[in-house]
Formats: sequence, structure tokens, C-alpha cells
Amino acid sequence: MLRDITLGQYYPANSVIHRLDPRVKLLGTLLFIVSLFSFKGVTALALATIFLVTVIKVSKVPFKFMVKGLRAIVILMLITAFFNLFLTPGEALVSFWKFKITAPGIKNAVLMAIRLTYLILGTSIMTLTTTPNQLTAGLEMALRPLRKVGVPVHAVSMMMSIALRFIPILIEETDKIMKAQMARGADFESGNLIRKVKSMVPLLVPLFVAAFRRADDLAMAMEARCYHGGDGRTQLKPLRYQGRDRLAYLILFSYLAGVFLCRHFLPWPQG
Amino acid sequence: MGIIKARQLVHEYIRRDEEGNVESISTALDHLNLDVEQGQFIAVLGHNGSGKSTLAKHINALLTPTEGTLWVDGLDVSDEENVMTVRENAGMVFQNPDNQIIASVVEEDVAFGPENIGVPTDEIWDRVEQSLRTVGMLKYRTYSPNKLSGGQKQRVAIAGVLAMQPKCIVLDEPTAMLDPTGRRDVIRTALELNREKGVTIILITHYMEEVVEADRVFVMDEGKLVMQGTPREIFSRVEELKHYRLGVPQMTLLADELRRAGLPLAGGIMTREELVEELAKLRA
Repeated sequence: MLRDITLGQYYPANSVIHRLDPRVKLLGTLLFIVSLFSFKGVTALALATIFLVTVIKVSKVPFKFMVKGLRAIVILMLITAFFNLFLTPGEALVSFWKFKITAPGIKNAVLMAIRLTYLILGTSIMTLTTTPNQLTAGLEMALRPLRKVGVPVHAVSMMMSIALRFIPILIEETDKIMKAQMARGADFESGNLIRKVKSMVPLLVPLFVAAFRRADDLAMAMEARCYHGGDGRTQLKPLRYQGRDRLAYLILFSYLAGVFLCRHFLPWPQG
Repeated sequence: MGIIKARQLVHEYIRRDEEGNVESISTALDHLNLDVEQGQFIAVLGHNGSGKSTLAKHINALLTPTEGTLWVDGLDVSDEENVMTVRENAGMVFQNPDNQIIASVVEEDVAFGPENIGVPTDEIWDRVEQSLRTVGMLKYRTYSPNKLSGGQKQRVAIAGVLAMQPKCIVLDEPTAMLDPTGRRDVIRTALELNREKGVTIILITHYMEEVVEADRVFVMDEGKLVMQGTPREIFSRVEELKHYRLGVPQMTLLADELRRAGLPLAGGIMTREELVEELAKLRA
């Protein structure tokens, strides 16, 4: 049961978005977020909506998977909407006690809700269509220039991919230790939160010891297979841009340009 | 010159206290001399703490000798410049299958070694495919290692070493954590590599049954090489093996007991078939 756990929330499907270079998707997500927080006016909003809906359609990921991600931020959305609604200065439309609702307040609240929703949808497309490994590889390539200023990009991405490999193993191990301790009368279920947390301590100690031992073994196994850092390393699956990636970049940048053009020339309605 | 040659090899584990003063020294290898020819299947036996794992780590240059010299394919492992070549020539498979698989997809893990030594991408793909085919794991190439059994993981680990095209593979108790089926598969894979591809195999184990097929057996005790010879020679010396706290295959033991009870059986019987044959000869 535990070994079947999937990390991240990758949704396997055969779509163009799945096949895109992870770097395109990383930059695409970033640019989409930029566009969300810089658009002005209904036209730009419509443009962002069309863009998002098209990408979702093309990705072949069912919409209900996307909505799952939204559930987690409902509270955050309510809070931001609340503050925007009541705390935006302006002429009061309705007012009671110390609160007043203003026209810009309504507008801000609605816009904020839309922005946050789009933000979550946009980023979940990336995580839904890219395996954690591809993401790591994409990040390594994308951040490569940072090596010049001394950031150990290769080491960090190697750590990320090893972490991905070992999370299920450590979960299994936790399960094993828990059962072993339960067999000897340990109680992980009852009591209040503090008691529960306290009962985790004897679980964490052997888990950490085991993790360190594993780390030691793994380091040795890596060295035995000639691992010596990122220098002079070749790759089984090197990232190379294909035609579709170039096209995706083109679409991305024309979308961004469109949003900025709308911001300057069609900023209706004025806020 | 053989593929592995050790002369007066000494390794000491030095324990230091917090100030760096020497607390205790334990000698894991004690003036060891050893020769292995290219293409041999060697089994190394010894109970816990006999120094066999320490020896294995020297062959892969994971440890360097305190004294003496070890040559792997003519290269001195103590020389810092030789380390990468030595590791390329002599691969190593460890005991715990989970702690030596690096990637989360089988084929990516097999590619890890060739990636490190800078093999071009196209050739890595060839090597991955060949290695996985050799160990019989080709159809699992896109699986996550977490979904494989212990024996399958160990075969993936062997494929990972094989992809570096080593001349010699050291297997350090590769079957200690496996079930009988996995154990058999791993040993068969090692044997096939040796017989068909001519790879020198050094199998470190304490399962006597795995030793039977080896060309030569080395028995280690307290850092010294105390017995060596063909499996048959070694197993005809039951008393000595017992002295070094080693078991013998069940059939050897049975034959030994029968001999002591007065049956005129030949020494060094290792398998059930041999014993049956010998007993049939007696009846005739």
C-alpha cells in the first residue's frame, strides 16, 4: 500500500503539454504568474482565461484534478477576499457598524479571487504534467548559470532526486518502526495533540539513525560507481529543445505581449 | 600479472577520541597476499569481522591500504590518480539493494555509472539496454525500483555496474538480505556473467551453497588468508572450516559424518547428486 504512493501529483497522460521540455513549463508558469499580477482590464482577463482554458484542454488532465488543488486555498481566498472587501478605502456603498463595502473593494476582492484561482490552476498544470524527475532535471538546467556565482546547482538537484527516491523507502521504514513499537505497547493513537506529538519522539530517533546509515551506504555506492560531482558528467536523457518547445516559447511570449498590450491600450475598466 | 594482486596488504581501522588521540587500532587486513587471474570466479568466505568486506572495499579503492600494495589490473589503488580507472575496472555490488539504487527509474539507475564516467548519450542507451538484457531485467526498464523484489533490485544493481563495462565485479554479500529465489537468481546472474562474458567475479559470502560453483575459494580469518583452493579441496577440510567458524554445505557435512561412521566415501562431496553417486558406487 505504502509503496504505491506517488509523489507530487503527476497525472500520466499523452499530451503535448506532457511532452514539453520541463524548462518551457517552468518558465511558462513563471510568466503566467507575472501576467496574472500585471494585467489590467477585461480584455487582458479574457486573454488570460482563454490561455488557461486552452492549456488545460490541451493537457488532457481532467478538470476535477485541477480543482483538487484549489480546495487547499479556499480559506486563504476567503481571508484575502474579506480584507479586500472591507478594507479598501473609497465611497461606501453599504456600511454597517465599523465596516463599509466600497465599489473598488468589491472589484479588488473579485480580482484577487480570480488571480489566486488562476495562479493555483496554472501552477498545478505544471506539477500535473511533469514528473518530479523531469522537474529536477529542468531546474538543474535552468539554474545552471548560477554555478558561476558558486551555487552548487548539480549537488542540489542530485539531492532532490535522491530525496524523491528515498521518501517512499523512509515512509515504509516509519511504518515498520511504528509497528515494532506498537507490538511492544507503544501508543500512537490516543491522547491530545501534544501527547501524540510526544509519542512520535521515540519513532523519530530510530528513523533518523536508519536514515543516516542509509545515507552512508548510498554515498559509498555512488562513489563506487565513479560519482565525482557534476563535472564531466554526461546524461542518459539530456534536455534538448525540440520544435514544439520553440513553438511553445513563441506562444508564451506572444501571450505575455498580448497581456501587456492590453494593459497599455485597453485598460478598461479603469480601476 | 593477474587482475588483482595484493602484497603484504594491511588495513587498520583507527578509532580516535574527541581530541584526536588514538583510542584503539583494529587490524582488518593483516599482511594479506592474494592473486586473482582474469576470468576467474572467486568466492571469499569468512565469518563476521574476518576482513572480507574491507578487502572488497580496497579492490574498488573505497579504502586505501595502510601498508602494502594492491594492484587492480596493474594499477596501484593507493595512487590518487588511478582511483577513477580502478573503480571503472572493478565494479562493486553491495549487500543492501535499497541503499545502492540512486535513481527512481530502473534505466536511469543503470545509466548512473556511465553518466559519471562521461559516456556519450547514445552509447549510454546501448549499454543500459545490453546490461539490463544480460541480467534479465529488460522488461522492467521503466519501473520504479520500489516496485521490484529484493532479488530484482540486486540484479538492477549488477546491471548498473555492468554498464560501466568493468573487467571485474566484486559482490559483497549480495544475497544476505534476499529470499531463496532472489538468492538463486543473483548467483545465476553472476555465474552467467563469468562464464559467458568472461568477467572476473569476486563473490563475498557466508552461504556455503554459493561457493560450490566457484573456480577458487579463499577463506579469511582475522585479516589473513588462511585457506585457498578449489571448492572441493576446501570442503574436504571440514575440521579446519569448523575451526574458522564456517559451516560446510549440508551434503559435505553428511558425507563427513558418514565417513566418520565408517563408510569409505571420498572427500570433498558438495552436492546431493555427488553423494548419491558415491553411495551408489558403495552398494555396487
